[in-house]
Amino acid sequence: MKTKRLLLGDEAFALGAINAGLSGAYAYPGTPSTEILEFVQKDPVARERGIHSHWSSNEKTAMEEALGMSFCGKRSMTSMKHVGLNVAADPFVNSAMTGANGGLLVVAADDPSMHSSQNEQDSRFYADFAMIPLLEPSSQQEAYDMAAYGFELSERLAIPVVVRFVTRLSHSRAVVECHDEPAPENSLHYPANPLQWVLMPAMSKRRNRQLIADQESFERASEESPFNKYIEGADHRVGIVASGVAFNYLMECFDGNPPFPVLKISQYPLPKKSLRRLYDSCDSLLVLEEGQPVIERQLRGVFDAGKKIYGKLSGDVVRDGELSPDAVRASILKVRPDVKGLSEGAIHGDSDVVVSRPPALCPGCGHRDVYAALNAALAEYESPKVFGDIGCYTLGFLKPFSAIDTCVDMGASITMAKGASDAGQFPAVAIIGDSTFTHSGMTGLLDAINEDTSMLVIISDNLTTGMTGGQDSQGTGKLEEICLGLGANPAHVRTIDSLPKNVEEMKQLFKEEIEHKGLSVVISRRECIQTARRHAGAKKA
Amino acid sequence: MKTDIVLAGVGGQGILTIATILGAAALKENLFLKQAEVHGMSQRGGDVQSNLRISSSPIHSDLIPLGGADLIVSLEPMEALRYLPYLKESGWIVTNTQPFVNIDNYPEMEKVEAELARHPHVVAFNMDEVAKEVATARSSNLVLLGAASPFIEMDPEKITEAIAAVFGSKGEKIVESNIAAFREGRVRATEKM
Repeated sequence: MKTKRLLLGDEAFALGAINAGLSGAYAYPGTPSTEILEFVQKDPVARERGIHSHWSSNEKTAMEEALGMSFCGKRSMTSMKHVGLNVAADPFVNSAMTGANGGLLVVAADDPSMHSSQNEQDSRFYADFAMIPLLEPSSQQEAYDMAAYGFELSERLAIPVVVRFVTRLSHSRAVVECHDEPAPENSLHYPANPLQWVLMPAMSKRRNRQLIADQESFERASEESPFNKYIEGADHRVGIVASGVAFNYLMECFDGNPPFPVLKISQYPLPKKSLRRLYDSCDSLLVLEEGQPVIERQLRGVFDAGKKIYGKLSGDVVRDGELSPDAVRASILKVRPDVKGLSEGAIHGDSDVVVSRPPALCPGCGHRDVYAALNAALAEYESPKVFGDIGCYTLGFLKPFSAIDTCVDMGASITMAKGASDAGQFPAVAIIGDSTFTHSGMTGLLDAINEDTSMLVIISDNLTTGMTGGQDSQGTGKLEEICLGLGANPAHVRTIDSLPKNVEEMKQLFKEEIEHKGLSVVISRRECIQTARRHAGAKKA
Repeated sequence: MKTDIVLAGVGGQGILTIATILGAAALKENLFLKQAEVHGMSQRGGDVQSNLRISSSPIHSDLIPLGGADLIVSLEPMEALRYLPYLKESGWIVTNTQPFVNIDNYPEMEKVEAELARHPHVVAFNMDEVAKEVATARSSNLVLLGAASPFIEMDPEKITEAIAAVFGSKGEKIVESNIAAFREGRVRATEKM
């Protein structure tokens, strides 16, 4: 039996994984990947089975935990946003060397257009770099189906498999046909070749040769994949390679019937035979892909000697930002101005009355009081520098606070403030949230503690992972102990409630600790207004 | 049938509830649906939009092409105007006229109203006031859904059932109040069409 459900791309994949016998899901929240683990946490089958779904401290720990479960023969997955894969890169790349025992899916959700991210990196490069297969769903139904398919592929090829999402699939809902009866979980069983899980040079050298040899079977799997499709077309002046959601936009432009031959790509490594077939039968190629020009680069090569290839590198497809039906339409018209059947595009121009409405910290948010106090404390110094981090409090960069000078990556506030202090900067202030602190701030703090670096670290603790919607934060209730346990001077680990009435007191506290010639940590604490409201609502109900 | 809707508003106003209700109704009616929404940083008081596509045949793209929307449905007047390039020539704008002012440079209301008035197919009224009259201040989004409903080829009774299903867990009183807001919105829009 099958039932129809209305699901986000993220949710469809999570449900597909549960129905395919998932035993453990591991993740750190990050837009647009967060809803994958959240779905597992709420799903009745997952709860009944006790499928692991607790948040991990960061993407590296999540990846390693999932790998450990795979080692024991069970099906596991780890999900993260694209930049999370940077954090998990060490275990991820090395998991190609260990291979997988139980099916292992590594989900990376890219964010082209940077709706909620700091860059547009394309996770397909990572799969290529690690030499492992990648699936790229184009629809919510494919996202659902690819979970079971991916687990089978991972077990058959004995290798982790990457599943690449993009924002427009992760956060778009559609009707999905799902199975009613979840498959049983794998039983505990150990790898057939245990030596390849010990990556010492002697074993690694042998394993690396095997991994290189396996590329052929990975490519054969792509040729045979039900998700890669060759669609005939009458007009052979151009053949179109369309991957992931770009395929949808192409179909939208021609209402499902493009006049050109099309190769839909949803599984990598690239199926060379199918690409060759398209290339041989057409006068030129147009490459449509969401993200960076991964396919186009491979087709073009360094010498770009063959037939004309249109794409992002040639300037025929928009290079930055996400694609859309409009962007794809413009590219088709550029390549084939005589093409028939495309829609007209915009009729109304932009309204000149409309102004931009940037996001802002919520009214009643504790970060506001921290920034008010910090700005007041720093007003007396000539050239203070405040090193920010990733979270809601990054919005402190915007007016009215204009309070931070940098925002780079998870945890960089503390380590960059340390480097600045080492360079002679005074005052050097780091501001970091509680969840970001336990994700990647603790190790940097240890550096600063060991050298008693003259700097102030503010941990703005809102008892949750706020920006992604209020997930449990791993350091809740133990931030002071963590700092003291790392060796911070107890006289300079201080705590204050970040309330409007405490702004003056907070300002004095910041000033005292800035003047202290050594490392200080101030933990400013107040529950996130959004989660506080939810908690109050839950109590009432 | 095929209706492409751009839902617009400011983060926290409740446009996703409209999408949830129409989604539940479409699923029950065995229709195809795609609904792209925004999560993460932009939700915090910034402009938010959702592309909602409902059709009796399969839908390819999660995003509506420029000039392709049958409807712009907005909880805020300036936000309605932000998406004009997506509107079809024959498309309608259904919007709340109550501004949500959380920025210093919000345009003069006369200019916003004049721009809305320039369009031939507009249903605009103060939905916050109507919500307060017939339900509660928090139901403006249901008034808006009601006002948009004459332009969506779906049985209003099916949408009412979906409202009951979506709010069912919150008790009968809230369901009734939301249905009242929906019905009043529909009546007011029909008067203005």
